[in-house]
Amino acid sequence: MQERLKELQTEALEKISTAADLKELNDIRVSYLGKKGPITEVLKGMGKLSAEERPKMGALANEVRDRIAAGIEEKQKHLEEAAVQEKLAAEKIDVTLPGRPVKTGNHHPLTRIIEEIEDLFIGMGYTVAEGPEVEKDYYNFEALNLPKGHPARDMQDSFYITEDILLRTHTSPVQARTMEKHEGKGPVKIICPGKVYRRDNDDATHSHQFMQIEGLVVDENIRMTDLKGTLEIFAKKMFGDDREIRLRPSFFPFTEPSVEMDISCKICGGKGCSVCKGTGWIEILGAGMVHPNVLEMAGFDSKKYTGFAFGMGPERIAMLKYGVDDIRHFYTNDVRFLKQFSIHE
Amino acid sequence: MFVSYKWLQEYVDLSGVTPAELAGKITKSGIEVEGVEVLNEGIKGVVVGHVLEREQHPNADKLNKCLVDTGAGEPVQIICGAPNVDKGQKVAVATVGAVLPGNFKIKRAKLRGEESNGMICSLQELGIESKLIAKEYSEGIYVFPNDTEVGQDALEQLNRDDQILELGLTPNRSDCLSMLGVAYEVAAILGREVKLPEPLVETTSEIASDFIEVQVDAKEDNPLYVAKVVKNVKVGPSPVWMQARLMAAGIRPHNNVVDITNYILLEYGQPLHAFDYDRLGSKQILVRRANDGEVIVTLDDAKRELTSEHLLITNGTEPIALAGVMGGANSEVQPDTKNVIIESAYFKGATVRKASKDHGLRSEASARFEKGVDPNRVRAAAERAVQLLAQYAGGEVLEGSVEADALQVEPAVVSVTLEKINRVLGTELTMKEVEAIFARLQFETNTDNDTITVTVPTRRGDITIEEDLIEEVGRLFGYDNLASTLPVGSSTPGHLSQYQNKRRLVRRYLEGAGLYQAVTYSLTNEAKATQYALEERKPVQLAMPMSEDRSLLRLSIVPQLLEVLKYNSARQNDSLAVYETGAVFLSNGEEELPEEREHLAGAVTGLWHSHPWQGEKKPVDFYVVKGILEGLFEKLGLTDKIEFRQAQKDGMHPGRTAEVLLSGNSVGFAGQIHPTVEKELDLKETYTFELSLKAVLEEEVSPLQYESIPRFPSITRDIALVADQGTAAGELKGIIKEAGGKLLKDVHVFDLYEGERMEPGKKSLAFSLKYFDPERTLTDEDVTKAHDKVLEAVKEKAGAVLRG
Repeated sequence: MQERLKELQTEALEKISTAADLKELNDIRVSYLGKKGPITEVLKGMGKLSAEERPKMGALANEVRDRIAAGIEEKQKHLEEAAVQEKLAAEKIDVTLPGRPVKTGNHHPLTRIIEEIEDLFIGMGYTVAEGPEVEKDYYNFEALNLPKGHPARDMQDSFYITEDILLRTHTSPVQARTMEKHEGKGPVKIICPGKVYRRDNDDATHSHQFMQIEGLVVDENIRMTDLKGTLEIFAKKMFGDDREIRLRPSFFPFTEPSVEMDISCKICGGKGCSVCKGTGWIEILGAGMVHPNVLEMAGFDSKKYTGFAFGMGPERIAMLKYGVDDIRHFYTNDVRFLKQFSIHE
Repeated sequence: MFVSYKWLQEYVDLSGVTPAELAGKITKSGIEVEGVEVLNEGIKGVVVGHVLEREQHPNADKLNKCLVDTGAGEPVQIICGAPNVDKGQKVAVATVGAVLPGNFKIKRAKLRGEESNGMICSLQELGIESKLIAKEYSEGIYVFPNDTEVGQDALEQLNRDDQILELGLTPNRSDCLSMLGVAYEVAAILGREVKLPEPLVETTSEIASDFIEVQVDAKEDNPLYVAKVVKNVKVGPSPVWMQARLMAAGIRPHNNVVDITNYILLEYGQPLHAFDYDRLGSKQILVRRANDGEVIVTLDDAKRELTSEHLLITNGTEPIALAGVMGGANSEVQPDTKNVIIESAYFKGATVRKASKDHGLRSEASARFEKGVDPNRVRAAAERAVQLLAQYAGGEVLEGSVEADALQVEPAVVSVTLEKINRVLGTELTMKEVEAIFARLQFETNTDNDTITVTVPTRRGDITIEEDLIEEVGRLFGYDNLASTLPVGSSTPGHLSQYQNKRRLVRRYLEGAGLYQAVTYSLTNEAKATQYALEERKPVQLAMPMSEDRSLLRLSIVPQLLEVLKYNSARQNDSLAVYETGAVFLSNGEEELPEEREHLAGAVTGLWHSHPWQGEKKPVDFYVVKGILEGLFEKLGLTDKIEFRQAQKDGMHPGRTAEVLLSGNSVGFAGQIHPTVEKELDLKETYTFELSLKAVLEEEVSPLQYESIPRFPSITRDIALVADQGTAAGELKGIIKEAGGKLLKDVHVFDLYEGERMEPGKKSLAFSLKYFDPERTLTDEDVTKAHDKVLEAVKEKAGAVLRG
């Protein structure tokens, strides 16, 4: 009997080890451990044993049963594991296939430049002022020290609607309006972005509509050195810390003294190349100390208050910064152009 | 203004300063030097040669065989094609080995069988523009005066061993439209002296006023007129150096008389005119306004009709010049001219500008008058001119000048305090330093304690107020020497306004949703200006448009965006989504500024989603666009105030267009553009929307307030309702919401069925209703009570019943 049990154990463990799948293993379980299984069968012959041997045999039978059960369990784990592995193997995908696209757009390069400038100056305590694109002659010219008959305000250069109303030719009227609103009290610290219009035929470097962004600070004791310091911060932020700036005397009716700001040429590092026309410098913006007539007309006491103003063209900055070669690209909205500005360095 | 470095040296010592260095210094302290041109750049080996013999080339009609002495060794044979080459001439010879502009190397050659050892040059071949070359040499080689020494460097003889600084003058610096003005500027920059020309003229015993009488009727247009008389001039070529200086400045030489007037224009900035005295037709000069319809034939032989706004120089009756602009043909200096009148006058800028503009005649002279000449140089210029006429045209200068003078010349006197100078510039200059700067400028000053009073020379008409003086101090002190500071004083919080913040949010949202931002033109044509407008209004029209296509201001952005889609679609990008924010312009009548309203518009065409290898491809439809807008309104906290309502709009699909209402007011539309428009633009199915961004962003939104997370479960009931085809889902939803009471927290459509299994004219709409009470767990009974009310209401108000 004892031998028979050992035999059964060996036989069962052998079958378990070769079982190919869970079903076969289950069949083994039923056939060996079931109520009608061979172990039960063997135990039926226990009656013939002595009272002394009976518990021993019982223990042995249980041991055999446990061994088989344990073998089955272990095998089951293996088979289950294998089944999982097999399933996972079958689930393998090609990770090089393209992903499901997430739709993204992005903002226009001019918005990008304008917002960058806005944010820089907001950080320096400026607010963003906006004004009408269709403007009164007074705000566009007269309040900016360009009286009637001034050569710079030729009908040929502006889009007039009536004699007194025109499409603004610069964003400076926003400065005049803002100062007027302050009723002679400083400080005024604004940055004014917006669309402006001039009678130019559209070509690679001209556009009848373009953007401008201007800044204005009016307070007691605003100095030209403040203008220089402010523009230096701007230039380094926009074009890189390694840039040098240079102020050159210039002329604008609404500022005195007036200057133009150049930055050192990035391409040649100041040695002179075709981009900077051999000068080593690239003109970026116009600026100056607010003309006393402009302050007075807007209700500021020019004896007490001084101010500085600067203005630039986002198109020009974008063209320099990104190497865009034709101003018309900004208004054609070719998606192959627009898409390129979704990258943020 | 083109400034010859060599010429400038006559007035200012430039030793130790190269032309490039000078250009840098001038740019930094006042006037941008836009370029420095080296006149003899790329030219080597051109000498003065003597044509000893000339004969016809044996094998070519148009070629000459010349024997030329170049001053080095034996005379050489040169073949020359110029029609004017001849024996005895002194010419410019590019010898073998010479280099001409464009890296053109001269080699020994054989031309039609004859040897040629070099080339006889025209001025063009030496790098001079054709339009600047005197007529007699424009078609052939240049011929030097006979006394020119053979073997000399021809370019030196032509004064081409020079560099030209091109000044980009701002309108305020017209004082530098003259060599003397530039000399003052350069002297100030370098801290050196100015040497002025001192014309010494020997006069005859005859007196000018015996020969001519001057009368000015239009004193305001012409406050000062100076006439001088020079007799017995010999008209001929002017000296080579003078021609060279004119050419380098961009003026074509003519003859000595005309060249001298132009030379003075360059030197003094004072335009002059020379009349042939014997062709004047009278002994009088009368300056007056023209009569309307009066005609003058100008030097260019053009007949010009005048108005009373134009100023004329007349001989008492007939016009002889259009003042400050161009002389008349009748009194022009000719080769046989003997006696001349030199006119030096102060004409009012506006008067000259009017005439030059009306007649399209902008010249070196008119440009200077327009900007205002120095009243104190009018006489000096005339003196200098007659001196040169005596010297280079053999003229005899008559005693005195004949003048009509009503000009009041008062130099500007401007004061400024040292404190103000330092306050504006941010400097710490001493009075001594300031005085030194004005001394360099040769401005007279007077210091009284802290105040410096400056008497500004009339040549600097741009300086009238103290800020102008501050600029002079600043630029000569050097902006490079200014410190860099930041404004001190009260600090201001920098921020965007709420509106500006929200506008940025809208942009970022739309970009995140897949739309590209476009920026288009505000000016458009008549058809597009009003198409798709939200409000019917007359568009704002330009008085003088440049073209039909840019003649009116837009009332809507959509047509511009459709144009963008069309452009891209024609370039293989037929699936695209764009948006724009920008102003539209609503007229308020002629007198008022139009209302500018910021709009938001979008346009989507072609495939909205494309992921082909997984079989996903979805063209845009109405619900894509609506979803974008719903998401936007959710971001802005407006979801509960927004309603989409079926609508009709010109240019839009009649069944696929919605009006967008905000708190019951129409703020825009969304939908498919009309298929005929799609076809016109060659677009695939295209959806668009336009909203008044202003209305949307200015709508009041309750401040953000935290709502506690529910502690009790909600109960969801789904219902399928059978309703008439025409019943809108939104309408049913509205009824459900209203009837559901406060327990009904959320309703949404989850199914629509319009198939065969429905009775004709009916559809099935399934809604999911979520009931919830923040205070307790709802019972089935609570929900059933509310739910029954819902079913009752939809039946009663919309005839919709539960689907069986």
